[in-house]
Order: sequence, then C-alpha cells, then structure tokens
Amino acid sequence: MFDGIVLDKVALKLGATNFNFDCRIEAGAMTAIAGPSGAGKSTLLNLVAGFEQPQSGRILIAGTDQTSSHPSERPVSVVFQDHNLFAHLDIFTNVALGISPSMRLSSEDRDRAENALARVGLAGFEKRMPGSLSGGEKQRAAFARALLRNRPVLLLDEPFASLDADLRLQMSALLLELHRETANTVLMITHDREEIARVAHRVLQVESGQVASNEAVADYLSQFAAPVSALSGTV
Amino acid sequence: MLTASARRRSIGTGLAVLAGVVLFVGIAVVTLLAWDGDQSASRLFTAYTWSILRFTLLQAALSTLLSVAFAIPVALALARRPRFSGRSWILRLMALPMGLPALVGALGLLGVWGRQGVLNDWLTAAGLEQPVSVYGLSGILLAHTFFNIPLAVRLLLTVLERQPAEYWLLSASLGMKPISIFRFVEWPALARVVPGVAGLVFMLCATSFTLVLVLGGGPAATTLEVAIYQSLRFDFDPPRAIALAFLQIAVTAAVIGLVALLPAPTDTVRTAGRKVLRLDGRSNASRLWDFLVITAAVIFVVSPLVSVLVAGLQADLWKLVTGPRFIQAATTSLVIAMAAGLTAVTAALAIITARQAIRDRRDQNRAERLLSISLAGTSSLVLVIPPIILGTGWFLVLRQLGTVATFAPYLVAVINALMALPFAVRVLEPALEDHRRQTARLAAALGIGGLGKWRLIDAPVLTRPILTALSFAMALSLGDLGAVALFGSSDLVTLPWLVYSTLSSYRTNDADGLSLILGVVCLFLTILGTAGRKEHNNV
Repeated sequence: MFDGIVLDKVALKLGATNFNFDCRIEAGAMTAIAGPSGAGKSTLLNLVAGFEQPQSGRILIAGTDQTSSHPSERPVSVVFQDHNLFAHLDIFTNVALGISPSMRLSSEDRDRAENALARVGLAGFEKRMPGSLSGGEKQRAAFARALLRNRPVLLLDEPFASLDADLRLQMSALLLELHRETANTVLMITHDREEIARVAHRVLQVESGQVASNEAVADYLSQFAAPVSALSGTV
Repeated sequence: MLTASARRRSIGTGLAVLAGVVLFVGIAVVTLLAWDGDQSASRLFTAYTWSILRFTLLQAALSTLLSVAFAIPVALALARRPRFSGRSWILRLMALPMGLPALVGALGLLGVWGRQGVLNDWLTAAGLEQPVSVYGLSGILLAHTFFNIPLAVRLLLTVLERQPAEYWLLSASLGMKPISIFRFVEWPALARVVPGVAGLVFMLCATSFTLVLVLGGGPAATTLEVAIYQSLRFDFDPPRAIALAFLQIAVTAAVIGLVALLPAPTDTVRTAGRKVLRLDGRSNASRLWDFLVITAAVIFVVSPLVSVLVAGLQADLWKLVTGPRFIQAATTSLVIAMAAGLTAVTAALAIITARQAIRDRRDQNRAERLLSISLAGTSSLVLVIPPIILGTGWFLVLRQLGTVATFAPYLVAVINALMALPFAVRVLEPALEDHRRQTARLAAALGIGGLGKWRLIDAPVLTRPILTALSFAMALSLGDLGAVALFGSSDLVTLPWLVYSTLSSYRTNDADGLSLILGVVCLFLTILGTAGRKEHNNV
C-alpha cells in the first residue's frame, strides 16, 4: 500500500479547461507544486482537499479512497494565502474551531489551543481580533489551527505570497519545524523558487491542466542552474 | 488640478443649487411654522395625533420586523446556492418591487389577497367562510413586506456574498454543521448590517404614503402622512395638518439620525477574488428547506405582478390608451417626469462637481469646507422633510396667492426632483469619482478644459451613468402619487392620479388596465437604470 496521496487518472472539466491529473505524492515529504498561473495548481489542491469533485478517476490518501468524501472527513488541513481567520472571531475561537467546529471545548481542549498558539509564537494573542494582527501573525494562527487538527496532510495554497521577504524566511522556518515535529505530508503551491529550495523535497510541475513532471528538488532546480553554470564555464 | 476659473464656476453652480433647494424647502417649512402657530401647537398632542403617531410607529416597526425576519432565511438560502438555473432571474425579480409604483403594487396585492382576490376565491371554493381581509393593519403590513422583503434580501445577500470565499471552504474543511456555520460565519456577517437594513426599511415604512392610503382603512389605520393629506384634502384643517407635519418631521429626523449612526448597507457586489464554492447544505433536508424558502419568496413577489398583468390584459387596453383622459394624463406625467428627472440629474451633477472642486485644493478655507458638508446634506434634506410636507407648505403658500392650479404641475415636478435627488447622487457620485481619479491629472496636464473636455473625455464615459440616473429619477416621478395627491384636480391629472381616481370611482377594470401600463413603463425605466448600473459596478 502506498501511504501518500494518489491521484489516479483524475479528470475534471471546469469551464473550457480540462484537467487530467495522474500522480503520486510521497508521505512525510514536503512537495511543492510549481507552474504558470492558470495551469491548474489550485485545482489540484482543491481536488485533494475535497473542494472539487473529479468527474472520473480516484483520489487516495494513505491508502483510503477519498474520492467522494466531504472535506471535513479527509485527513487534511488547508491554509490559504488569505482569509484563513474569520475576521469577526477572536484568535482563540479561530484556532479552537480546529478542535470542535461547534466550539464545545473541555478545559483540556482549551489548554491544547493555548499551547498551539504558544508553539507558533502567539502566546497571549487569544483575545485579539484578526484585524489587529500582521499578515505573518495571521498565518501563524492558521498554522496553530492546523497543528491542533493534527491531520497527516497539510495543504498550503501560496501561504506566504502576501508576506515580505524576511517574513517568508521566518515562516518557512516555522513550517519546517512543524513538519519535522509532526512528520506530516505537506503539499504547497508556491511561485517562489527560493522557497522551493528552502523547504521542498520534491517538486510537482503542473502545466496546462496536467502534471508535467514530478522530481526531486535538486533535479528541478538544476534546470535553472544549467545556463548559469554554462555561462560561468565560458569565462 | 482645476484652473482657478473652472473651480470657481463649479463651486458657484453648487452654491446656486444649494440656495435653490434651501429656498424651496425653507419657504414650505417657514410657511408651516408661521401658519396659525398657536392653534397648531395646541393641536400637537391631542388624543387624535397621538393615536396616529402610535399607529405610524407600530405599523413601521411590525413591517420592519416581518420584512427582515422573512428576508434572512431567503438571503441565506440564496447565498447557500450560488449556482442554479434561474437564480439570476430570481435576483432580478427581487429588484423589481423597487421600481414598481406603490399604487400598482397595491392593486396587484389586492388582486391576490383582496376580498375579490385569488386567495379568497380559493378559500371560498375550499368551503371556508371567512375571507382574508387586507384592509387595515394587515393590508399595510402585507404591502410593506411585499416591497421591503426583496430589498432586504438583496442587501443581506450582498453581505453574505461579500464574505471571502475561503470562509466557506474553511467551514467545510473544519466540518462545521449548518448550525455552526450560521453561528460563526453567517450570523456575524448579517448582524453587522441588519440594524442598517432595518433602519432603512423602518424609514421607508414610516413615510410610506400611497400604500397606507389605498390599503389602510379608516382612522384606526392611518399614518401621519395620510392623515396630513386627509386634513388638507378632505377636512381642510391646516392647523391639524401642520401639527401632524411636525410630528412627521420629528419622526423622520429621529430615524434618519439613528440610521446615520449604523453602518450603511450597499448592494454593490464584490467581483474580485476566488469563485464561491458552498459545500454546506448538501443534505436533502437542507435542499428541501432552501427550495421551499426560495419558492415561497418567489411566489410572494411574483403573484401580485402576475395579478397586475392578468387583470390589466382583461381591460380594453386599446380603448384606454386612445382615450383622451389617458393621453392627457400620460402627456402630463411624461412632461413632469422629464422635467423632474432632468432637474434631479442636473442638481446632482452640480452638487457632486462642486464637492470635487472644493476637494481639488488641499488648503480649503472654512467656508468651503462648510459648503461641501452642506452640499452633501442637501440631497438628504428631502428625506427629513417628506414630499407631503413640502406639498403642504407650498399648498398653503399658493392658496394665499390663489394660484394653486397654475403652479401645481411645477410644484409636483420640483418635489419629484427633490425626491429623486438622493438616488441620482448615489448613482452618479461613484461614477464621477472614478472618472475624475482616472482622468483629472491627465486632462490637466494636457490642458484640456471646457466643452472640449466634456465632449472628448467626460461624455463618452459619463453618458451612461447619467442616463441611468435619469431613468431612475423618471421612474420615481412617473409612479409617484404622494406629491400629486395634494394638487391633483381636473386640471392636473398624472397617470397615478388617474389610476387612483378611476379606482375610487369603482371602475376597477379600467384601473387594472391603467396600472398595467404604468407598471410596465416604470419597470422598463428601472430595468434600464439597473442594467447600466450593474455594468458600472463590474468594471
């Protein structure tokens, strides 16, 4: 049994665009999804998350067929680029919704939520409203919720795209730490080649609705390095 | 960015409009104040005025409660189903009552719910004796909910649709049940605008004239506006009318003051961002509930419209439209509507450009700042001083001069223009502001000004919003019965007045035919208006 994510001849048509995904994503690894805009990166992520349903094919996560299960039943957590927190709920509520979606919490649950906030560096932020947080702090809170949900797969849709370069560095480091602690499977859409170099083990390239390549990060990066080394060779 | 002379010209025009409006409203109010002051004051708090004030507030409060309470489930259901065939038609349907003349709506409601209406026919056929009565409070509530549920649905739906698409994905991903989604996502979003929506609906219901006139029954179900009308038109008791007018001004001013404190609801749809996917409400029970709620709302709104259509088609339309009375009324209405529309749009343009001109320089002096604020307030003035009050004041002025009949059409046109002014400003302001932001610097740099600027730069972009505002204003004037009610006579007959007097003389068949024509014309103008407006929002 393959305990990663399998997209088995998954086909979907949205508007006039056809998507055909067929690939395996390794468990316990950090896989980056790269590719031009409109190629289908988000669609691939939405299929794994359960926000989109394939018209044919199967989606397996850790050996279980999840093709038609509801997003909440899948062993995944999702972090978007924006709007991960409900703006009208305080940080504690936003994070604790990850434990109980109806906010029925035991005192033990409350401790867990507070610990998760402390783990991402947001101790004492419980009563703050999302509007008073910086972009990086908001994403930390989203990570705290994902941590609490404790699902084996973490799906990230350009999570750091709206942060500045320094914050991106810090957040990648936090992501890596959490990944090492939980040994989760991370699937992350990113446009940032440096970020790929920093965090990813493997890179899935999506082009015109298909997986164009699925390779180790070194192989992926070498295609960009090649012309540079050729140039330096001539000097 | 404006040249000094262009700036002076804009501010001057704005000042002239401000002076005109203040003079027109001022004369009406001062006349009311000066008229038999002592006698009116003693009539301010009689048992009679109290009962009218109480009923006005009661019916408005109940109408608001019912409209918002029914609108919430409909808005939730429509937001939960962002894509089904016919949805966009339902949304368009919800925009229709706004453009429908109150009188036509009232006739449609009578056709469905009235004594001779479809519902009572069915009830009688089913062997039930007691017919449903729609005169009095229940009729007023029915009419107010018919006009305001769709309005509230649109405003509430906009808020729900403005929520980031991620919220719905997150709530699905977190496994929230419908009750949790309502508690943590939908209700917090709605709660912020429900007070504003309720305030708006309350304001419309507290000042509604035609619906109460047609559907209210006797002194037990009369509001301030209708009581003012009756005091002048039937009893000719100016002191009573004036006393009531003051109560009316106090009520509207208080409500407007309160509403101004609340966040204003808008119906501009956010178009950027991620496509909305709703994964909740997939269960059969939830589908059934939404289907029932939406269907009920559609039937509630459509049935009076269908009734107007069916009843209207039974009349001899050709004979009606070729009759001299219709041709005279239609001509009068069109002339008044055109005059009112053009006045409203011109005044709105003057107000907006004057405010832009003031803001154009950073170092505004105190007088300019004050003028800018006054100009912003001008368009809302008519909300505090309702048409019936303006009419009452001017009626008393002209009566002293003995020239009511001569000036009545002009008065009606000006009052209609003032009624349309806030709407015209609301349509034109964002369009003009966008346009200025995009072109002002470039036009100044190139030194384009005057007529050339209008022809080359302004007209191509602004013609559309101007026509939109014009058609809105004309629809409002064409369907208005409030201003003409005081002045209507054999010399001054507009279409709504013709419908109303035909109805009063029990020629229901003709009234149905006329109201169909009036309704179609007004809806056509409104649809023309909304179509242009939507395009602007999507840019």
